[in-house]
Amino acid sequence: MSTPILQARGLVKRFGKVTALSGADLDLLPGEILAVIGDNGAGKSSLIKALSGALVPDEGEIRLDGSPVSFTTPIDARDAGIETVHQSLAVAPSLDIASNLFLGRERRRKGPLGSILRMTDRAGMREEARKQLNSLGIMTIQNPGQAVETLSGGQRQAVAVARAAAFGSRVVIMDEPTAALGVRESRAVLDLILQVRDRGLPVILISHNMPHVFEVADRIHIQRLGRRKAVVDPKSISMSDAVAIMTGAMEPPGSEAA
Amino acid sequence: MTSTVAATPPVGEEHVSRSPLTRLQHLLHAQATIGPAVVLLLAIIVFALMSDRFLQPGNISLIVQQVAVVGTLAVGQTIIILTAGIDLSCGAIMVLTSIVMAKVSAEQGVPGPLALLLGFVMGTVAGLLNGLLVTRLKLPPFIVTLGTLNVFFALNLWYSKSATIRGTNMPDLLLWTGKTFTVGGTRITFGSVIMLLLVAVVAFVLRSTAWGKHIYATGDDAEASRLSGIRTTRVLLSAYITAGAIYALAAWILIGRIASASPQAGQTENLDSITAVVIGGTSLFGGRGAVVGSLLGALIVGVFRNGLALAGVDVLWQTFAVGVLIIVAVSIDQWIRKVKP
Repeated sequence: MSTPILQARGLVKRFGKVTALSGADLDLLPGEILAVIGDNGAGKSSLIKALSGALVPDEGEIRLDGSPVSFTTPIDARDAGIETVHQSLAVAPSLDIASNLFLGRERRRKGPLGSILRMTDRAGMREEARKQLNSLGIMTIQNPGQAVETLSGGQRQAVAVARAAAFGSRVVIMDEPTAALGVRESRAVLDLILQVRDRGLPVILISHNMPHVFEVADRIHIQRLGRRKAVVDPKSISMSDAVAIMTGAMEPPGSEAA
Repeated sequence: MTSTVAATPPVGEEHVSRSPLTRLQHLLHAQATIGPAVVLLLAIIVFALMSDRFLQPGNISLIVQQVAVVGTLAVGQTIIILTAGIDLSCGAIMVLTSIVMAKVSAEQGVPGPLALLLGFVMGTVAGLLNGLLVTRLKLPPFIVTLGTLNVFFALNLWYSKSATIRGTNMPDLLLWTGKTFTVGGTRITFGSVIMLLLVAVVAFVLRSTAWGKHIYATGDDAEASRLSGIRTTRVLLSAYITAGAIYALAAWILIGRIASASPQAGQTENLDSITAVVIGGTSLFGGRGAVVGSLLGALIVGVFRNGLALAGVDVLWQTFAVGVLIIVAVSIDQWIRKVKP
């Protein structure tokens, strides 16, 4: 097994009397899609928030490329190369696609227009946005100057994925990317996820949708009661067994996978 | 565990041909200032037909003068409303600031530039206070500024002892905004020019800088902006501080306009500035609009009042017309927001 690019060990997070994470581990290998599944309250969200900097764990360690990191804000994680596509999408609907892609990291124009007048390089950002969307095969969006609210749900999701793929240098985390989408739009987003992986970016995919998970994941991390219950290979386990492990109806086959 | 069988709009299919109404909706959605621009143009045409005097350069100049104070306030108000906030205290900040400027110079003998600077400090600190209450105590802007409206107004009455300070005692610099220069036989006040320059500068900043984008994004969806790495508290705080400084500019224009500083001035401007912003097509829900629209909104109100007065219509109907305009403007905004992909 190659060295994990992102590794979590013994993460603990308590909210008052509720323990969301009780010693959770996670290993993400280079170039893979790791799906994280688990019942409601299994600590999926807390685990992902800890990895993306939206939540600071009480105990435990996160290592990126082998060196320990501690994120206190989403910006820290982003600066370290971890991009997250949030379930709430985190796009500003009335802004255009290019503005959303570059939101929070706008490029300035060269020369005094940028350094003194602080003008943003609108044309350059639009061009870059167009390239990103094209390279991910999202050709249905013709105009990067279009407002995001005029897009369909799938197209909005594509914008969010494109943003993560464009700026994520290490890891892309996707939280329920197909939850709000119809069949055909889900298809397009799953293709996008595969493309991001094929570019060499490892992906953590959180989803409730077992068919989607089994279709794209290389490995499946099963979260239960605040910790990692098992890591299974989707090619050697049935969907119903995975759900059984997830709900505690069945023990994972063999030893607890590492 | 299956996807919901909802109607799925096909991804990337060509748009079906749109009705003229839908096309108008999309146009207004993309360019929110077209609406107020058309209204202003129509109003000018109608009033020009009703009265020969309306289009005379002197009258146009008068309208711009009358609009300068509320137009300047509306610029600050626009920034705040774009963040999905509201500022009910802008007029009170302006009056308090104008009293500070006037009193320190007329009674303490502080020289003009320093008095002006102290006024700007006052306005900025007042804006900072609003911003801190909104961002630190997480109170709704409506409540915060309703409170500070009364606080600032009371401070203004206390500090001025409810007495007007006459312009004759003030340094020339404070009254400069009311001075005029002549272009082609038309007298234009420096205050009007300051307002127009301010609109141009703020329009540029909102449109072309990252800070401007962050103002829009924060008002559009604060949580999404935060997750995108925008420090939304800092953006909000800077919006209120900037607005405070702009209100100080309005105070300077106000002193020039009435050639004095009156603690009773500016009471209607709190709401008039919001009226200008709303008629100008900026959404009260934040994230949508433009500062040029607010200038147009202020001009529309000015043109209506002036035009109806020239046509000999009773003042009460001017107020009536402004009320109708507000409701129409907000209805159009609601309609535009329902734009479909």
